[in-house]
Amino acid sequence: MIPFDYRRAADVEGAVAEAARTGAAFLAGGTNLVDRMKLGVSAPEVLVDINRLPLDGVEELPGGGLRVGATVRNSDLAAHPVVRRDYPLLSRALLSGASGQLRTLATTGGNLLQRTRCLYFQDTSTPCNKREPGSGCSAIDGHNRQHAILGASEHCVAVHPSDMAVAMAALDATVLVHGPGGPRTVPLTDLHRLPGDEPHRDTVLSAADLITAVDLPPLPRGTRSLYRKVRDRASYAFALVSVALVLHVDDDVVRDVRIALGGVAHKPWRARRAEGVLRGRPVSADVFLEAAEAELADARPLSGNAFKVPLARNVIVSALRDLAWEER
Amino acid sequence: MTDLLRPRAMGRSPRRVEGPAKVTGTAPYASDQPVHDPVHAWLVQAEVARGVVTSVDTGRALAEEGVLTVLTPDNAPRLASTEDAELAALQSHDVDFRGQVLAVVVARTPETARHAASLVRVVVEQRPHDVRLSGDRADLYAPEQVNGGFETDTAEGDLAAGLAQAAHVVDRTYTTAWYNNNPLEPHATTAVWSDENLLLYDSTQGVHTTREAVAETFGLSPERVHVISPHVGGGFGAKGTAHVHAILAAMAARALPDVPVKLALTRQQMYSLVGYRTPTIQRVRLGGSADGRLTALAVDAIGQTSRFKEFAEQTAVPARTMYAAPHRRTTHRLAALDVPVPAWMRAPGECPGMFGPEVAMDELAIACGLDPVEFRVRNEPEVEPESGKPFSSRNLVACLREGARRFGWSHRDPTPGARQESGWRVGTGVAASTYPVNRSPGSEANIRFTAPGRYRVEIGAADIGTGTWTSLAQIAADALGVDHGDVELRIGDTRLPKASVAGGSSGITSWGSTVVAAARAFREKFGDRPDDGDETCVAMPESSASDDYAMHAFGAQFAEVRVHVDTGEVRVPRLLGVFAVGRVVNPRLARSQLVGGMTMGLSMALHEHSLLDERFGHVVNHDLAEYHIATNSDVPDVEAHWIEEHDPHTNPMGTKGIGEIGIVGTAAAIVNAAHHATGIRVRDLPLTLDHFVR
Repeated sequence: MIPFDYRRAADVEGAVAEAARTGAAFLAGGTNLVDRMKLGVSAPEVLVDINRLPLDGVEELPGGGLRVGATVRNSDLAAHPVVRRDYPLLSRALLSGASGQLRTLATTGGNLLQRTRCLYFQDTSTPCNKREPGSGCSAIDGHNRQHAILGASEHCVAVHPSDMAVAMAALDATVLVHGPGGPRTVPLTDLHRLPGDEPHRDTVLSAADLITAVDLPPLPRGTRSLYRKVRDRASYAFALVSVALVLHVDDDVVRDVRIALGGVAHKPWRARRAEGVLRGRPVSADVFLEAAEAELADARPLSGNAFKVPLARNVIVSALRDLAWEER
Repeated sequence: MTDLLRPRAMGRSPRRVEGPAKVTGTAPYASDQPVHDPVHAWLVQAEVARGVVTSVDTGRALAEEGVLTVLTPDNAPRLASTEDAELAALQSHDVDFRGQVLAVVVARTPETARHAASLVRVVVEQRPHDVRLSGDRADLYAPEQVNGGFETDTAEGDLAAGLAQAAHVVDRTYTTAWYNNNPLEPHATTAVWSDENLLLYDSTQGVHTTREAVAETFGLSPERVHVISPHVGGGFGAKGTAHVHAILAAMAARALPDVPVKLALTRQQMYSLVGYRTPTIQRVRLGGSADGRLTALAVDAIGQTSRFKEFAEQTAVPARTMYAAPHRRTTHRLAALDVPVPAWMRAPGECPGMFGPEVAMDELAIACGLDPVEFRVRNEPEVEPESGKPFSSRNLVACLREGARRFGWSHRDPTPGARQESGWRVGTGVAASTYPVNRSPGSEANIRFTAPGRYRVEIGAADIGTGTWTSLAQIAADALGVDHGDVELRIGDTRLPKASVAGGSSGITSWGSTVVAAARAFREKFGDRPDDGDETCVAMPESSASDDYAMHAFGAQFAEVRVHVDTGEVRVPRLLGVFAVGRVVNPRLARSQLVGGMTMGLSMALHEHSLLDERFGHVVNHDLAEYHIATNSDVPDVEAHWIEEHDPHTNPMGTKGIGEIGIVGTAAAIVNAAHHATGIRVRDLPLTLDHFVR
């Protein structure tokens, strides 16, 4: 264990100031950060514990929608009656992640900021550009079954592991951030980055930026949604491909659609091309297939994950089919 | 024929006697044993697969407060024996595999030891390594014998002629993956060295086995080594032989006399230091006549070993027992690689070795237009095919019939891909199981009477979660003719009479036979009314049964498999096994063993796969998040049954081993069911969705 200092934050401003001053890492549930510290992947010199900050509330917003505090536990959020009623896909996504024990500790902010489970990122005896910039990517020519088919770069092919973030991407959530310069908001779909030539940067946040909450806008009446996760075992596995779908069909025509994919990219992947194909079109199997294929036209599978392309296509199509023709 | 015990306690299902201690957290496992003021050891491992250590700098580690010593190849004491190369800890500067221990740091806290270990600088001059197993390597070689002492190759008749005269031939290659033993309790040793006596609290499948290995390695007489291991959180073979951490703990303890040294492996370290199941490549050739009788049967198996120590999995051996065929052969070849040494993992030989042949049997049954149950029945041998010995008992056909009845097999439409239910293709499959009745020599048992009515039964046996604490006492009760509750069993300690290892499903046969012999000797000597303190100790009697009989357990496993039309996801909603395993001592514990084995077989079929990165030379998915083992959700319905089987030859209890047979054949049954569901024949495990998604 590498020695580190531990401090407990008294308020948001103090936590941010501490991080800005010392380069501290924020400690919430610790379900990912502490693992990484044990593995030697992360070695913060200071931990700022934010668990006692007043960020653990879920409140309904005046204009509709929901504000979820950053330290709300995944299990509590999944069970929240308003989430279950108004955002069932978010509940589903949360419950399909990790295990009961982990969800009880893991927080909303921490879930968004969890890091990839790429085998090489987690193994300090192998090169990894995300962990050690410039050392090389071991996954590109290694075991890459879990890895990206969209938006990757020659420097990194890792995927973001979250289920929750995929559902939030489809919900057009907004992330509330408090940084050294004060509070600001970031659309959830802009929070995570593609790897490019800086794969060590997962998000657009700087080290001293603290996520304080996530806002979920209300879904229009008549909207249906689902979250579907495909993985290598029935429980406790990261997604090979997952899809969060929000769909509004009226008169057999797609009025609104939002699709986000998990397990395919360095970030929750908003399938805007597919959405563009679908919007305003009549619901039909051919249109669904056309949309899925449009989204995946630029897919670049690796040696070990070619199956993800037909898998993602089938999952998108079947999700659309199931929601469009679901009994009301 | 042995004089069979009359069952009174046997056949009942008392609960595990140590259950309350385990569920309340008071059962002392190796690392929990209370010792005074222990210190902690942490390992430094090689990060290359082959090379030579040119320097080790321990300065920074030793400068850390609380660090007591750092042992390296430069300063480690010479061991008395390095015959077992796996145990030759820090004796050479050569690096033979990635993960090899290059140094051990001992400190006052585990945190300090871990941190200091990261400060040890080991410079290794890297050499090119070779870790790639393949069937086309020019350097495959035939080992002198294979695990279990079996012949490497066998042949009978004329294989080419047998295949030529067949109406249908299957000639396919099947592969099983690299699998790592993942007992819930990681390997751990606590060592105390005082006055040339060594005390080890170890997590082991055999206290005496560990004692022998450690004593020999350090050149101690065995009486000076005391090993204690009352509870073991699973072993699956990985704790059946001593591994290097036990030597390292003892070595560190020797450097710090009278100070208890604790060494607990991490899950990641287990992937290179405690053995694993070799990947196998199996070419199976079967010839079948028009009426579905085997004319030829050949299994050519390839596995891997480490270069520095040989382990030869007996993959083709079960084919020597299973089916009648006039022309036959089995062979084993090995690739010697720069990898950790493979070892036992639940049913070595039988588990991987029944995969290829039992899938091939399914393929040939289909080619012959026969039901796979019927096809197996038709090829039932009258005597053991290769030895020519009669079976002491063989009830494979009864298991197939009973399993088919319970499973509802008769309604099955054999057409592949014919059934679909709510988006899932549905199929069913069957495969056979077998496991030999092994008897390990060397056990002794002591029985002592304490007035007014207690019998203390002592034997250094192991309970690795199998239920020995309970079932061996049941056997003792029947052998003594007393109630189960009147027996006080003591196991798991080398101060007790010597016992063989809990391996090869031989525990109850060996220890039970010994306890029965001791009970009979006790009664002969002291009668039914012994005096307080009367005691007798006897060794396991010889048995010549294996000269006259082939002794094996058999079983049949039936699987229902669902493959999702859109995603290719594979699920096994139902798994049912029927076994013929002689007398069942404790049905509750037996069911747990069989269901556990089948579950592990399902896990092997669908999930388990150690991913070797050939560039680096190590398994890169070395934890339980990435090395997938079946979760509860993956095993909704696993049923194990057994038929009444009376075998007077195996031992005085009439039992056969049950710890391993459950994992044998499961993967084949699931693969066969997946073929029935989809028409897609998978011959390479695991059965992941990419085989099916289109």
